[in-house]
Amino acid sequence: MRMTGTDEAGLIARIVAGEKEVFHELIRPYERMVYLTLFAIVKNETEAEDGAQEAVISAYRHLSSFRGDAKFSTWLTTIAINEGRKRLRKAKGAAENSIEEEEGHEGAYTPTPLTDWREIPLEALERKELRDALRVAVAELPDIYRQVFVLRDLQEQTIEETAQALGINPGAVKVRLHRARMMLQKRLVPFLKTTAPARRGFFGRAL
Amino acid sequence: MKLDCKHVWEYISEYIDKTVDAELRKDIELHLEHCEICSAVLDSTRNILILTADDRTFELPVGYSKRLHERLKEEIEKSKQEPPGGGQK
Repeated sequence: MRMTGTDEAGLIARIVAGEKEVFHELIRPYERMVYLTLFAIVKNETEAEDGAQEAVISAYRHLSSFRGDAKFSTWLTTIAINEGRKRLRKAKGAAENSIEEEEGHEGAYTPTPLTDWREIPLEALERKELRDALRVAVAELPDIYRQVFVLRDLQEQTIEETAQALGINPGAVKVRLHRARMMLQKRLVPFLKTTAPARRGFFGRAL
Repeated sequence: MKLDCKHVWEYISEYIDKTVDAELRKDIELHLEHCEICSAVLDSTRNILILTADDRTFELPVGYSKRLHERLKEEIEKSKQEPPGGGQK
């Protein structure tokens, strides 16, 4: 789906040399990524769209400062993240300084065992309500987990790229990613319970 | 090494990403062979990732792309009026 690095470098060179309209073509494969990155931070459709436009415009204006030592997608993601954080700060006022918060709670995220998931995977994935539930669950992840999850699993960036874009180390990406995935697993299991046979035993009363 | 379930869960994410070393991978696979619960956790997590990467799950607002390119077009037109390098950092 994405362009190769050399195609992209060619487009960038043409834009910087003055063929400005080519920027439309350069940005097209990343429109979705820019929007989703913004949405992961601001969690509001209108804000995300406005922010995505700003980020793209900003990338256009500063393209000549792109050096090509990072990938264009990483550079663009960083711009989108900064735009999102700026908007978040504005929305929450000066109190919002806590993007790098709470790494602390260790080991709290154990997955929910459910043997029935396996029997229904494909049909389940076609169900709209499951997709809706996933959207909500992702939106409700704590910020630091959601941002990593969106970059890595939604936009399919690598651990390294995600780390670079967020300005954290790859180890932190792995930890947050793991927790994000386990939180989602836990959240989504109940949406499949209706199709699961009743479970018996000690947990029967609690369910 | 014989792993317990909790241990396997800790590495589920890295196992999916194939970043665990060969030995641990083998241990996890051995465990998965006989543990229904961990297999289910693994499959459910994988399914969530498949669903996440599915374009239908996270949709863009209708008309987003059109509006974006219109805005960009305006910006490009505007920048053509400016002297080279002007107004940019």
